[in-house]
Amino acid sequence: MRRLALRLVAIGYLLAILVGPLAIVFWRTFEDGFGSAWEALSDPDTVHAFELTLIITAIAVPVNTVFGIVCGLAIVRRSFPGKGLLNAFIDLPLALSPVVVGLALYLLYGRDGWFGGWLDRHDIQFLFALPSMIVATIFVSLPFVAREVIPTLREIGDEQEQAAHTLGASGWQTFWRITLPSIRWAVVYGVILTTARCLGEYGAVAVVSGRLQGQTETATLRVQEAYESFDVAGAYAISIVLALIAVTVLVLMTVIRPREERA
Amino acid sequence: MSIHVLNVSKSFGTFTALDDVSLEVEGGSLTALLGPSGSGKSTLLRIIAGLETPDSGEIRISGEDATTLEPQKRNVGFVFQHYAAFKHMTVRDNVAFGLKVRKRPKAEIRERVDELLRLVQLEAFGHRYPSQLSGGQRQRMALARALAPEPRVLLLDEPFGALDARVRSELREWLRRLHEQVHVTTIFVTHDQAEAMDVASQIAVMNHARIEQVGTPTELYDEPATEFVMSFVGEANRLGDGWVRPHELEIAHEPSVDAVEALVERITPYGFDARIDLTLADGRTVHVQMTRDRLDVLELARGEIVWVRPDRERVFAAAPTAA
Amino acid sequence: MLPIAALVAASGEDGWSGFWDAVSSPQAVAALKLTLGASLVVAVVNAVLGTITAWVLVRDEFRGKAMMNAVIDLPFALPTIVAGLTLLALYGPRSPIGIDVAYTRAAIVLALMFVTLPFVVRTVQPVLQELDREMEQAAKSLGASEAKTFGRVILPNILPGILSGVALAFAKAVGEFGSLVIITGNLPYKTEVSSVYIFGRIESGDGTAAAAAAVVLLVISFGVLLSIGVIRHVTVRHDRA
Repeated sequence: MRRLALRLVAIGYLLAILVGPLAIVFWRTFEDGFGSAWEALSDPDTVHAFELTLIITAIAVPVNTVFGIVCGLAIVRRSFPGKGLLNAFIDLPLALSPVVVGLALYLLYGRDGWFGGWLDRHDIQFLFALPSMIVATIFVSLPFVAREVIPTLREIGDEQEQAAHTLGASGWQTFWRITLPSIRWAVVYGVILTTARCLGEYGAVAVVSGRLQGQTETATLRVQEAYESFDVAGAYAISIVLALIAVTVLVLMTVIRPREERA
Repeated sequence: MSIHVLNVSKSFGTFTALDDVSLEVEGGSLTALLGPSGSGKSTLLRIIAGLETPDSGEIRISGEDATTLEPQKRNVGFVFQHYAAFKHMTVRDNVAFGLKVRKRPKAEIRERVDELLRLVQLEAFGHRYPSQLSGGQRQRMALARALAPEPRVLLLDEPFGALDARVRSELREWLRRLHEQVHVTTIFVTHDQAEAMDVASQIAVMNHARIEQVGTPTELYDEPATEFVMSFVGEANRLGDGWVRPHELEIAHEPSVDAVEALVERITPYGFDARIDLTLADGRTVHVQMTRDRLDVLELARGEIVWVRPDRERVFAAAPTAA
Repeated sequence: MLPIAALVAASGEDGWSGFWDAVSSPQAVAALKLTLGASLVVAVVNAVLGTITAWVLVRDEFRGKAMMNAVIDLPFALPTIVAGLTLLALYGPRSPIGIDVAYTRAAIVLALMFVTLPFVVRTVQPVLQELDREMEQAAKSLGASEAKTFGRVILPNILPGILSGVALAFAKAVGEFGSLVIITGNLPYKTEVSSVYIFGRIESGDGTAAAAAAVVLLVISFGVLLSIGVIRHVTVRHDRA
């Protein structure tokens, strides 16, 4: 009896907060038929917004993947001064408000900022342009690969790597042939999480991009822009696309997680 | 292929793992490093492999100074207690690894892998993954892998420790036969004295970061140099100040010179022999081993008071305190 | 790129007295109170509901459980702004079930519950899974009731998991922005949280006030990270039993 009660509470909780709202949006979007949704999506500003989102993600994900693997290896396999600090620092983007991140970049690289003068003199447009958006996104999606790789590396231990050394493999050969394959599912899982975060980033990018319509709007920024311009259908349409991507991500996560855990 | 360990010392923080250890291992021999955990035997093996560096002392492999040489360059094969199998590679790829890394031609690799799989009797398992093999099979694969690049020396770190008793004794036998075929200088680490006695032609007994004695199994059993060796290798009883082996004790119903009074606690016949547990006046237990025939003649019974006398007694000089 | 966090702290110091004025401005304070209050409420709710959900996932068996497990990660995968929109659809002006909490404080709690849902569940799940059943069996064989077993045996062991999940949820809630922007209407003093306040200050060009409030949030973030580290440290000692 208690079992059923608990189960209902849990399911109810999830339905009310997660599934219900999402279902409504799906319904609403297609309530007025496919046509209006399609129209909203083929708006040139919207297309540009999606392009921008994809470009940023395409840059941020590989950068953070390499960073995550390098950091993971350094933290688990080496000791060096400041290691504890690095480990704590990796978790920082998770606890920070994205607006604060955006503000930091704004203060650093804005016209009155520390680096602002230098950038101005060299005629480099950082804020209110792509570079700052990329940097912001890299920062907020920093931890994911590292946080998956680190416990996996710890669990695997370094005996396989020692064995490789006795068999004559150099450091690089050992990394490519032994270390990397043994963490591959952790890396894949981390990449999926990182990608989802990049696609969904809003706060930090909102601050540094200036939200210039048609120029520095990502898909997420566009959703809000559309809603505030009373283009509710448009906002919903973009949301649906993002939601579908999110569901795909969820499916991938569910499929990959057991492989990651088994390794 | 010979190995010379010269005055090697190694500490981890405040813990001394090796204290001025020297050892000579003849080329082509099968040597065991025997000792309890913490005696330093694994550390010594890993220093020979190059997986650790000594704080002081030298390692010479085939006459060349290898003390600071990286493991990659020493051409030493190493087998780990928990196999260290490359889980994401098939058995064939595992065995081929050392050769692939040296960029040998594919045909050569294939041939050598076939040869080795036949040697370790895993020909049918080439395309399986380590997780699909039993413990014993995994260790045989690890051996094949270590032997593939034709190392000058083969080092095994408690290779059968993770396996169950029956597989262990099978693989022991198997290792000995392998050594007869392949003849590479082999050193293995174990805490199991029966295993060392069974497999090795030379045993180095280690205790508390030092080597207590080096010799053949017979030498260690018959002429132990220290108390520790006596009690660690083979069974030994303490009788007053001296030490006696179970089969070097005589039981009689009447007192005699050198004999002490004892109570028969337990009589356990097993196969050809029998084992008699006696309790001395000071409460200590003594184990005596005799043939069943002798037991029948004596007609011993539980609870009986008898007299036990050592046939041969050994007394050792006070061992230098290794604090 | 990495020292950005340190630089924010420095940038906040655009005049110490200016800092204090900005931080204690009534609007900033109201925003902060709202943020902390809402985050606290959500953290507590998460602790309870999240633990229950984790319990059901680990201990119960039923069809669709795998799907339920997957759904929990939705807030990680869905952009926050889309989350806000979806909540608005169900609980806003055109709500099919007649609940309209848009532009109210309830909306804040709702949005925060969405984005923080996975945290406690995901930190408690592995701990619950690893929990040695034999401990519970021992307690029961010694005569403890279900409730007692839970309170004295299970709860103390999953508490570190719950606490670190709560800490993470709290940190996320305090800084949450995207999901709140639409559904709360950002009415100052009523439904404006700190992150929205900061954003507003930036758009009005008042960098100082924004930086000041940001530093407050930063300190809170650090505090939370620290407490998670402490919890982890304490747990390790526990495990050695």
